[in-house]
Amino acid sequence: MHSPARYWREIPQLYRMEAGKCQSCGEIYYPPRLICPKCKGRKFETVTLNYEGTIISYTIVRTGSSQFEDLIPYAVGIVELDGGGRITCQIADCDFARLGVGKRVRLEFRRIQEDGEAGIICYGHKCVPC
Amino acid sequence: MREVAILGVGLNKKWGELWRMSGRDIFVEAALNAMDDANVDHIDSMYVGCMTSGLLIGQEHIGCLMADYLGSGPIPATRVESACASGGAAFRQGFIEVASGLNDFVLVGGIEKMTDTNDDEAIDALYAAEDVLYEAYQGVTLAGLYALMARVHMQKFGTTSLQMAHVAAKNHKHGAMNPVAMYPFVITAEDVLKSMLVADPLHMLDCAAATDGAAAVLLCPLETARKISKKPIVKVLGSGQGSSAIALHARKDMAVLDSVVKAAEAAYKMAGKTPEDIHLAEVHDSFTIAEIMALESLGLVEPGKGGPASESGMTALGGKIPVNTSGGLKSKGHPLGATGVAQVVEVALQLRGAAGARQVKNARVGLTQNLGGTGGSCVVHIFEAV
Repeated sequence: MHSPARYWREIPQLYRMEAGKCQSCGEIYYPPRLICPKCKGRKFETVTLNYEGTIISYTIVRTGSSQFEDLIPYAVGIVELDGGGRITCQIADCDFARLGVGKRVRLEFRRIQEDGEAGIICYGHKCVPC
Repeated sequence: MREVAILGVGLNKKWGELWRMSGRDIFVEAALNAMDDANVDHIDSMYVGCMTSGLLIGQEHIGCLMADYLGSGPIPATRVESACASGGAAFRQGFIEVASGLNDFVLVGGIEKMTDTNDDEAIDALYAAEDVLYEAYQGVTLAGLYALMARVHMQKFGTTSLQMAHVAAKNHKHGAMNPVAMYPFVITAEDVLKSMLVADPLHMLDCAAATDGAAAVLLCPLETARKISKKPIVKVLGSGQGSSAIALHARKDMAVLDSVVKAAEAAYKMAGKTPEDIHLAEVHDSFTIAEIMALESLGLVEPGKGGPASESGMTALGGKIPVNTSGGLKSKGHPLGATGVAQVVEVALQLRGAAGARQVKNARVGLTQNLGGTGGSCVVHIFEAV
């Protein structure tokens, strides 16, 4: 089991979808970083990512670890959010047969996992079909 | 920089679920085989590639542990970790140490003991090769991430599940001739497509198995090898390593392994070779799509042609460029840290002309490509028979 700090410090990113926008080149980083790999800029503005986006790849996880056993099979994907930023997340409440690259989704705040049997409940975002 | 040769190579006798053997014994068996092959009884220094010993057997600090059990005295002994590329990265450190002139006889080993635990723990350990907070957090398995890559590749180039299945069938055909292989039997592309889905579009038989195994090579200056070796000499011609974003979604083009491109570029440059000069390659087929993408990123085929090349037999024994004559990770098994070193063992055997039934005729130049995670790390080496 990890200390609460491990998750608490990620709350701006994981719970509020905050990202860093490089003030010199405009590139958006999710999660935020301290230095921009593209232009080496070190000044960032905090921006909130758009909650709507497009699936650029997806799969259905059919074997996994005990943590997500109850969900199997579950869909996951990489979503390109409108206005910039990508997130790898579960695709919830979806019909597998209707999944596809290019499909529109929106992020929803959900319970993601628990850290151990008596551990912290960890939240974050999953996406659902629009 | 001094020129470096491979003086000895060794694997432990059989890869698989080795319940009777501890990790240290598996390692020592492979290391002794390499030292016997080299006909030397002392080493100056040692590197050990390993990813999960802390997670799976609760043992870190295995550099000194392995040196102790190998009876090699109070030598410098360091563990190297770069996920599934740990072995390749360890080999590069050994190469650098001999090339620099710091030491003459350097042993590079790789070991993974993966069956002292249950499947859940083994899967959780593989999560550690991902971005734990932004990929694994959501339950995206390593197979899941490769499935995401496969989907992008299919979308961009029209790669098919059947083409991927041919990679597995080809590697099993090769592995059936390798007595060390965990799964030394033939399967067909249809078998792959009929096996259960792990993460669409990847089937169970698209995936390499976690297993126990070890590999070792002994490096020394080329000049020394010329004096003392009674076997054909294999020179390390080029070494390259590259990295990329650990999270797949952070890479602009997910259909290219840019760490492979980078590592290959450096290795070709140092070797003074081009992809056309390569006679055989051992590439990182942890998943079938990974071999297809490796072929392309190494420049062995054009972008998008990895699938058709695999289906056509171009990469099979007897083809234009045989790939994974050892059986690859797919048939041989994938003991993470051992994999990158075992690739070097296979290429060295091929260049010595000692690969038996799976020998590539007139092989003079060979390449190894070892990948970590979904491509966050890559190590490429090029070898020549001299």
